[in-house]
Order: sequence, then C-alpha cells, then structure tokens
Amino acid sequence: MSKWQNLLKGIIKENPVLVLVLGTCPTLAVTTSVLNALGMGVAATAVLICSNIAISALRKVIPDKVRIPAYIVLIAGFVTIIEMLMHAFVPDLYESLGVFLSLIVVNCIILGRAEMYASKNKVVDSAIDAVGMGIGFTLALFLMSSIREILGSGTYFGFEIPFLADNPIMIFSLPAGGFFVFGCLIAIVNKITKKKGGKKLTGCEGCPSAFLCGKKREEICGEGDDK
Amino acid sequence: MEKFLIILMTSVLVNNYVLSRFLGICPFLGVSKKLNQAVGMGLSVTFVMLMSAAATYPIYTYLLVPNGMDYMKTIVFILVIAALVQLVEIILKRYIPALHKSLGIYLPLITTNCAVLGVTINNINDGFGFAESMVSALGCGLGFLLAMVLFAGVRSRIEDANPPESFKGLPITLISASIVALSFMGFTGLVDGIFGK
Repeated sequence: MSKWQNLLKGIIKENPVLVLVLGTCPTLAVTTSVLNALGMGVAATAVLICSNIAISALRKVIPDKVRIPAYIVLIAGFVTIIEMLMHAFVPDLYESLGVFLSLIVVNCIILGRAEMYASKNKVVDSAIDAVGMGIGFTLALFLMSSIREILGSGTYFGFEIPFLADNPIMIFSLPAGGFFVFGCLIAIVNKITKKKGGKKLTGCEGCPSAFLCGKKREEICGEGDDK
Repeated sequence: MEKFLIILMTSVLVNNYVLSRFLGICPFLGVSKKLNQAVGMGLSVTFVMLMSAAATYPIYTYLLVPNGMDYMKTIVFILVIAALVQLVEIILKRYIPALHKSLGIYLPLITTNCAVLGVTINNINDGFGFAESMVSALGCGLGFLLAMVLFAGVRSRIEDANPPESFKGLPITLISASIVALSFMGFTGLVDGIFGK
C-alpha cells in the first residue's frame, strides 16, 4: 500500500466514524455546532497523531501483556497536554467541549488505531495512518454538525441563515436528532458503498474493548444468537 | 435528602447518560440485543461506576488537590478504573464465583466505557461531595441500566421488521435509539416540577 493510499483510506474507505463506526459518543455529543465539532476533530486528531507515533516507536519496548494499560497511559498523557493547551488558548471551546475533551482517552478510534495499526507498523506509516484517520474523523464530524447546526439552530459557523434562523427545527440539535442524523448518514454510506447494510453491528468493531475480550467473549458482542 | 433525590432523578431520567448525554453509546448499541445481556451489562456498569466513584473521589480530594496535581485527574482516573475493574474481576472469581459467572464476562468491556470515566470526571466538575458523588454514580448506572433494558425491548421488535435495504443493521438501530431518546425528552422539567426549584 502506497503512502498516499494509506492516507486516503482513513478519509473515505475506512472512515472511522461512518464506516468503522468508532467513536460514536463524541460524534453524537459535540456535533450540535460546527465549531465544536471542528474543535473536537482537531483535538482528537492531534492526540491520535501523537499517540500513534509514540506507540509505534515504542512497539518493540512495550511488553505484549501490559500493552493496553501502557497505551492508555500514553494516550491519557497526550490528552492531558491537549486539554491544558486548549484551556490556555481557546477557553471558550474548552468550556463547550467539557467532559468530552477528557473522554478522548477512551475514544475508540485512538485506542483502536493503536492496537490495530501503530503496534504493528513503522513510525512514518503510523503517523500517516493517524493523519488520514484524524481527517476522516474531523470530516465526518463536520458533515454531521453542518446538517445539525443548519437545520437545528438555523445558523452556520454561528452566522444566521435567513429563513431557517426564524424557524429552526429544534429536534435536530436535541439528542434524538443526533441519533437520527447519524443513522441516516450511515444508511447513505451503506447505499453508496452498496454494502446493502451488510456491515456488522458495532458490537465488536465499535468497541475499543474488542481486543481486550478476545474471541472467547464474542458471544456477548451483539452477534451471538443463542446465548 | 431532597438534594439526593434530585441528583438521582436528574441522572436517571432527565439527564440520562446514554440518551441525553451520549456517554457509553458503544455498549448501548453493542450489547443490547438480548435482554439478559443488557441487564448483565447494565448491572456491571452500575457496580463499576459506584466503585470508581468511591475510589476516585478520595484520591482526587486528598491526594491530587493538596499536591496541586488536579490536572492529572484524567490519567489517574483511567488507571484507577482499569485497576479496579481487574481487581473486582479477580475478587469475584475467587470468592463469589456465581456472581462472576453472570457478571464477569462484562467486566473487561467496561474499562474503556466512557460512561464510567465520564461519571467520575463529571462528579469532580460538578463539585459534588462524597455522598453526592455516590448518589450520582448510582443514578447514572441505573439510568444506563434503564436505557439498556428499554432498548433491548425495542431491538427485539426490530429483529422481525423489514426496513429498506440500506437501513438494515446499524442505521435502523440508531433511528430507533433516536425515538427512545425522544421519549426521554418527556422527562424534561420533571425535577423542577416535583421539587419546585
């Protein structure tokens, strides 16, 4: 796989939000306004790039058995740095993202990329993978927040849109609208990729713990029918 | 007493962690296919939330704040939760095998559940004391359990339905989650109404 393909796969083919369905919590929570969504996307991308580089560089040093706790500590360290930087330079954004900034630590995308990619690949490739995934995440958040902000509050980047601003469709900025828009977007992606909805449910893919639980526990990951 | 009731009702119904705060969506979508699994997951999360709230509050108040290290809370909390989950699993396995058999399989999945870390951080951000933190953790856990159980019921109906091809699987699940979330909006203003705040 060339470096260019490696970068592009995160943006389109393996988009972390719309195709792999990772990181659903921030996707639903911060997409009520475009600015919040972009802030979240940039913060998560920064953490993702740092953690992928660090984990890839340390992949031969970290013992296999304690790799998950080691990854979590590394990621939490980077998240704390980003949190402090944002607190200092963009306090408004810091306030509006609130607890979700700290929760980047348990964002499935970051831990997932660490486990699936960075722990097996070279530093440069891991960095490219992180950039691609980060852009994919940010774009998906941007798309979803555009829909929700325009319809839900009748503004875009905070500017009022003539007709919609007087009669916003409130429901789109409420939690229910978040689930609805996300469901529709995934349906559209399914339609385009002609996967006919054959995508497996989030059970394991969408869950950062899938690699903690191993095959033995697959039965509780949504797919088991008789258990 | 009234204060605790308000916290409890707020966290179970009005600000339900899953349906209005969007925390813990992964297990909500992943493990809600069968009712018994949903109950098992919900109970385990409640249990871990209570334990983590009980552990992180003293650590934050008596260890981090006096040493001026409160900015370290994210790292410390996630480590405490991860260690705690392991510890609980080992203890249950050794001393209460029956409980371990029914809840044990869900425990490793909880370490990286954002709802658990979310509760501990929210407790600190809201300035709750120890008792309030515990009540809030209990409420969030019960709210999670409630959402899981309700949604498992909805999911079992979707299994038999026949949505358009591209909506099959996750999209229709999310749209039903949206309708369940809509029903929880009915609780808005409940606390103000009852306690006249």
